[in-house]
Amino acid sequence: MNRQSNIQSKAGTKNSCIDSCIMEGYNYAYLDEQTKRMIRRTILKAVAIPGHQVPFGSREMPLPYGWGTGGMQITASLIGSKDILKVIDQGADDTTNAVSIRRFFSRTAGVLTTTRTQEATLIQTRHRIPETHLIKDQIIIYQVPIPEPLRFIEPRDKEVRRMHALKEYGIMYVKLYEDIARHGRIAKAFDYPVLVNGRYIMSPSPIPKFDNPKMNRMPALQLFGAGREKRIYAVPPYTEVKSLDFDDYPFEVERWPLCCALCGSDSSYLDEIILDDKGSKLFVCSDTDHCNKRVDKGYRGNQEKPVQEAKTCIRTGERKCA
Amino acid sequence: MYVAVKGGKEAITNAHKLLAEKRRGDPRVPELGISQIKEQLGLSVDRVMTEGSLYDSELAAIAIKQAQGDLVEAIFLVRAYRTTLSRFGFSIPIETTRMQIQRRISSSFKDIPGGQILGPTYDYTHRLIDFTLRVPENVNSEICRAESAEKAIQNNMTRVADLLANEGLLDNEATYGNNGPVADLTRDPLELPAGRDVRLQNLARGDEGFILSLAYSLQRGFGASGHPFLGEIRYGKVTVEFVPEELGFPIEIGEIPITECIMFNRFMGSSDTPPQFIKGYGLTFGHCERKAMAMSIVDYALSSRELGEKNEYPAQDEEFVLFHSDNVQAAGFVEHLKLPHYVDFQADLVLMRNRLAEFKNDGRKNRGIEDEQAI
Repeated sequence: MNRQSNIQSKAGTKNSCIDSCIMEGYNYAYLDEQTKRMIRRTILKAVAIPGHQVPFGSREMPLPYGWGTGGMQITASLIGSKDILKVIDQGADDTTNAVSIRRFFSRTAGVLTTTRTQEATLIQTRHRIPETHLIKDQIIIYQVPIPEPLRFIEPRDKEVRRMHALKEYGIMYVKLYEDIARHGRIAKAFDYPVLVNGRYIMSPSPIPKFDNPKMNRMPALQLFGAGREKRIYAVPPYTEVKSLDFDDYPFEVERWPLCCALCGSDSSYLDEIILDDKGSKLFVCSDTDHCNKRVDKGYRGNQEKPVQEAKTCIRTGERKCA
Repeated sequence: MYVAVKGGKEAITNAHKLLAEKRRGDPRVPELGISQIKEQLGLSVDRVMTEGSLYDSELAAIAIKQAQGDLVEAIFLVRAYRTTLSRFGFSIPIETTRMQIQRRISSSFKDIPGGQILGPTYDYTHRLIDFTLRVPENVNSEICRAESAEKAIQNNMTRVADLLANEGLLDNEATYGNNGPVADLTRDPLELPAGRDVRLQNLARGDEGFILSLAYSLQRGFGASGHPFLGEIRYGKVTVEFVPEELGFPIEIGEIPITECIMFNRFMGSSDTPPQFIKGYGLTFGHCERKAMAMSIVDYALSSRELGEKNEYPAQDEEFVLFHSDNVQAAGFVEHLKLPHYVDFQADLVLMRNRLAEFKNDGRKNRGIEDEQAI
């Protein structure tokens, strides 16, 4: 396979200046060097205290808050000319915000970008972890809207910071217990809280809990940036990340009774595509790179039978691939 | 055959082109000049500079033009530019008693040394649409120019608050015990409890509508113990001075128009604070009176902690106010819901389908039990 094939050149010739030249009047990768240094120091502190949210002097970015400014600031402070950047949103490289952020860095830093997970040195993501296993020396940067896992139980910052300091996580376990008592299970499908290195409860960002197990002992460095909330936190490589649960109610992930209609994958996270007014559906991989790679290798799914009613089998876990 | 959706890049490029076209509007209508915005939409420019935390009327005018007059968007543009500027130092504090006054009123005293100066204000206009404005001025020569006053306005007017302070009836800034270096919200994260410097910076940058409504809620009884009194509001130009390290003495680097408001709030005293009026403070770039007044009311409400008062209402709650006042943050986060969320929604769908299935099963079971009992 030609490794270069999917890397997009910084000197694109087609689109006049929009994609091709580094923006004038701005520093490399937008932020000034002092700011980048401040952010890197924050990252070092975050890596040293896994799962602990470190406040930092988050800057205004030219994208709105809530659209990835935290992740972008981390990326901007780490990126160098030799990096290859991948940006995904909902698992896909070609969703509008991913395109926009990727273009921002090709404009301001002139870096190479890719859609292939294994080619990337930096991966900025919103709401997913790629299906492809990340390896050492890769860095995955999560965009985080609400870094505080206790926020929706206790909205006051002063209170939750004290709870973290004292490792006083009773309210979280009570909340999970109440979910089970009321609904029969923990009613958290994404942004499912984890315990990092046996010490801090951390928000994994709004990734589906399907992705939570990938965080555990991941060889890549995981960085989390929350721009509006001005927090950075980290999970160093090979760190234990445990999704919160109880002995009699162990953590489990969502499963589909179906496989990807495009590549036939039976182990990936699926998006539901509604095909017509009657609600016929197909399920396809959310991770577009993973799906394309499988299709290139000759794997095929079954598109002939759209589903009328999506049945789930969260407890059984067996997929029947047509 | 289903093909995965693509084309984000092209769509964005085209959307930007469409936006540019929409911004320009009908090409038969002359394009707006930056100087027109600066001169004729001055209050918009002032708001963008204030909440954008950057004094540059030219830049604010460009931002307003670029944002098609959407001021929150314009503020965002200014902020995102401001953040890239390098900082070479801090000016020395401006001295508002040396303001070249254009407007200055106090509603706490009938007359004040230096006089009440009404200046340019909408206050006593009748809000009737002026249809003569439909015709440009060079066609309609009847629009008047203000005559110059016979006597120049006195410079160096003492603040009304300073007149009262001599009686010991006003609080003293020293009570806030903040004589250290001034915090900088644009460089450091907001941490609570916030000092008054942080609070005032936050309110000055905060959304006018949000601060205004908070102040209003206080006036309607959601927090304020008494009626606030407008000690003074003044608008005019002040000199900005800076001490370059290599010179070691202050030099004037320019003049900026500002609005300053001091509000008096009655405080009945506590075990360690004597009864007195507590000042609430508001300051904005340019002429933003409504904002400055609202800010000064909220500033006082947020001092409930320092004063040992109860903190019961939203406008007194610094976590609530300071974390939600910034319209760039708020707009970004509310509008991020436009971004795709289908991964998370899918996760919730799976959860809800299971829940619904169980609910239906349980229902059947329950009915079954009832049937048996009926037999």
